[in-house]
Amino acid sequence: MAAKVRIKDQWKEQRLFEQRSVIGGGIIAALTVLLLARLVTLQVVRHDYYTDLSQGNRVRIEPLPAPRGLILDRNGTVVAENRPAYQLELVREEVPDLGDTLRRLAAINLIPTDDIDDARKLVMSHRSFDSVPVRLRLDDEEIATFAVHRFEFPGVDIRTRLARSYPYGALAVHALGYVGAISEQDLGHIDRAAYSGTTLIGKLGVEAAYEKDLHGQNGSREILVNAQGRSVQRQGAFVPNLRTVTPVAGEDLLLAMDLDVQKVAEEALGDRRGAVVAINPGNGDVLALTSRPGFDPNTFGRGITRVEYKALLDDIDRPLFNRALRGTYPSGSTIKPAIALAGLVYDVVAPTDHRFCAGVYRLPGSSRMFREGRSGRHGSVSLVDAIARSCDVYFYDLANRLGVDRISTFLGLFGFGNITGIDIGGEKPGLLPSREWKRKAFSRPQDQVWFPGETVNFGIGQGYFLVTPLQLAHYTSMLANHGRSFKPRLVSGVRDPVSGTIRRFAPEKGADITASPGQWQIVMEGMEGAMRGRGTAAATAGRNMTYDIAGKTGTAQVFSVGQNEKYNEKTVPERLRDHSWFIAFAPAEAPRIAVAVLVENGGFGSTGAAPIARKVMDAWLLKGGGA
Amino acid sequence: MTFGSIDSSYTRRTLTSSARALASLKVDGPLLVGLSLIAIFGLIVLYSASGRDLATVLKSATRLGIGAIVMLLLARVKPGFLRRAAPAIYVLGILLLIVVDVVGYIGKGAQRWLDLGLFRFQPSEIMKLAVPMMCAWYLHERPLPPSPGDLLVAAGIVFVPAALTAAQPDLGTGMLIAIAGVLVMLLAGLQSRVILVLAGVTALGAWFGWSFLHDYQQKRVLTFLDPQSDPLGAGYHIIQSQIAIGSGGVFGKGWMNGSQGQLEFLPERSTDFIFAVIGEEFGLVGLVLLVLLYLFVVGRAIYLAMQTQETFARLLAGSLAMTFFVYVFINAGMVSGLLPVVGVPLPLVSYGGTSMVTLLAGFGILMSLYSHRKLIRS
Repeated sequence: MAAKVRIKDQWKEQRLFEQRSVIGGGIIAALTVLLLARLVTLQVVRHDYYTDLSQGNRVRIEPLPAPRGLILDRNGTVVAENRPAYQLELVREEVPDLGDTLRRLAAINLIPTDDIDDARKLVMSHRSFDSVPVRLRLDDEEIATFAVHRFEFPGVDIRTRLARSYPYGALAVHALGYVGAISEQDLGHIDRAAYSGTTLIGKLGVEAAYEKDLHGQNGSREILVNAQGRSVQRQGAFVPNLRTVTPVAGEDLLLAMDLDVQKVAEEALGDRRGAVVAINPGNGDVLALTSRPGFDPNTFGRGITRVEYKALLDDIDRPLFNRALRGTYPSGSTIKPAIALAGLVYDVVAPTDHRFCAGVYRLPGSSRMFREGRSGRHGSVSLVDAIARSCDVYFYDLANRLGVDRISTFLGLFGFGNITGIDIGGEKPGLLPSREWKRKAFSRPQDQVWFPGETVNFGIGQGYFLVTPLQLAHYTSMLANHGRSFKPRLVSGVRDPVSGTIRRFAPEKGADITASPGQWQIVMEGMEGAMRGRGTAAATAGRNMTYDIAGKTGTAQVFSVGQNEKYNEKTVPERLRDHSWFIAFAPAEAPRIAVAVLVENGGFGSTGAAPIARKVMDAWLLKGGGA
Repeated sequence: MTFGSIDSSYTRRTLTSSARALASLKVDGPLLVGLSLIAIFGLIVLYSASGRDLATVLKSATRLGIGAIVMLLLARVKPGFLRRAAPAIYVLGILLLIVVDVVGYIGKGAQRWLDLGLFRFQPSEIMKLAVPMMCAWYLHERPLPPSPGDLLVAAGIVFVPAALTAAQPDLGTGMLIAIAGVLVMLLAGLQSRVILVLAGVTALGAWFGWSFLHDYQQKRVLTFLDPQSDPLGAGYHIIQSQIAIGSGGVFGKGWMNGSQGQLEFLPERSTDFIFAVIGEEFGLVGLVLLVLLYLFVVGRAIYLAMQTQETFARLLAGSLAMTFFVYVFINAGMVSGLLPVVGVPLPLVSYGGTSMVTLLAGFGILMSLYSHRKLIRS
């Protein structure tokens, strides 16, 4: 048959269908079992695993930054604090047109036009729903301006946040330092985990040196978030027990500094460039430390603008430069008391020895003339006179007899050529020359030799010898203390912000210099003599003393005067004029303060620097400081 | 055996009034109860899954209502009419699919529906019913098991709309259409060896078809095989839904208390992934209960299919019953990580789409096929 004719068999088809249905039912049952097995695996066997995952999904840890410790002066005046600051914050996803919004904010002077690009980058680097500060520290007027325009700026609002504030602005900025945004460099040496949530970090001075104490311990808070990472407030059983770790506030720092003394020092320096360091010789407390000009640290905390920072960097007066710690200058005659003491200790000069000063010194067998710095000739001078009247010729001779090795060794005992170890960073060691130093410092063999003439100059603090104002203050404090030294310190203790418990640091002893009381007496007399009668500072710092001062002027050459020329202040451009030094301690019989003052291009020590030192000492002593 | 029970139930004169009402509506009571329970459970879950949005729940309820009306209407339509209308519906569906494909081609993008002004209409939804109807219609007159020639024709009936739908591109629906048609052929008594050959061909086709898949479709399959390979991209759905189900445990986190769903970690929580919301909030207990409800509906539907007497009715009813299970299994399998992610909603529970109406229409047809059967075998 060509085609097998098939007839529909209803009954058979029914059976076939039922058979297939049963198979289908079996497959359905099998698949259902498979599905249920899968569900049991997920919900029973691996339940804990998925519970952890779901927990991790919805709980985010949000850091709670610890309030930074306050900084107080020795009288309890707050010099660095945390104040609520109003800042302009922007949420990108709520802003219709970011570029346009920023331009319009600039148009009403809420952000600087130059900063629009930076602000845009900052906003774009955050998640779209993050509230990003585009302008920190709004003042009242700016807040009012924004309030008027608020409706024009959806997604922009004013928020309050704790910011570092320095109520006295530039006052003591080179001692206190400042805080600024954490940089890549900072990240290298901090524990990132401990700093999550912290936005500002100490950059210089006390703020940087005591960062650990000030920072405290950040806390954290677990928050509920949705899939977009947004914090959500929900009630119900799935809200887990969200833990909060309370932050521990940083410790308050108690400065050794006396704000009154500091203010006087800064005001006395005024617009002049220079530095003042005042130390309590009895324990190393830094009563004042200033470097002028300074800058307002608040600008860094609020986010310094490009223009502002460039202005600071380009300023010819270098306001960012800490002259007190990092400025190295020839000591000038301020070193003479140490040279005199060296002469006594090494027994190359007797207290009764007189020299005749004819205004010029010649090394034996040499025609080179070393001139008296200022006042022609002193005639016959004793060691005490030589200090009091700063006779260069006497010290030329003394230096020559001591020799460079002994001078260098002895000055080293006062800490020159080394950092003083003050409790903030950035200190420069200055330069203490020696034969060995010269051998290493110069490449040409003829330059590597130490010349006798260089020793002569060394004796009056000129030549290679370089010191910082801090070193000179430390040295003065050692003189005041008859050779006993303490490490200078800006911070004398810490206070627990919660309990108020104060922990004082013990003064840290340094290496001492031993000389006999008689030898010290000669130096003291010389320095006291400088303030009286024919002394170099008698007419300036020494006028109307109500307590005894021991001081020494100094003049550091910036510009070399030729062999046969005379230095004339009026003919030399201001920035090439001599630096003016003055060191002093008082009361002379029981010193409570030792001061070093530097005025750049200030001319003679007695006129430029000495009056400032006097004001600083008055500020401290007349109110009974250190008594 | 089974016949006896039906005879007794139908010949009994002590029918309750509600049963009488159902009978006159041509509606199957148990099936209606099963479907209603699922729908109610679905609405309760949807309230939570939509983030307590009553509007969504009401919209879904409205769709269910429309579906129920369609179901009741179709239940009253005589199977003979359905059978005769099958070719017309099928051809109309094909034409609409072509229109959609052309519109989509012009619009340069995925096009799945026609905008009829008042509502959007998805022609592929019609095909979910039209294809099994057409297959059953074709095989109705022919002796079963089908001859190779008949099979080829039936295969063509299935392939054309499935391919057109897949080209939209909507692989999921295309696949479901094909399954509905293939189920008719299987129930018609497709020979085992043919099944084996077809399985081989399918495997081969899948291998070839891989290259024709769109990038995102390929990605779905790949991420199904290894979700962790793309945890924030295509694997995100699978990972998050498994976390939701797994963290639900045996008893769940409680209604409206599933963190995965409520905090939007679970994507498409009110639509394709609502199964995971149930798993998270009602736990294993809730899922098993739901699966049992589905099984009851499928079982009842197969039972009803077996009671019908005509080839057309049997094949169509059987296919509709089993397709329903396939929907459930594909969705549940996808959400629980057994199957790759394909856009198949959970029947009667997932929000949106015309699929809810289509499904209930299918059950209406099934009820019609059952309730219009002749009581005494010819």
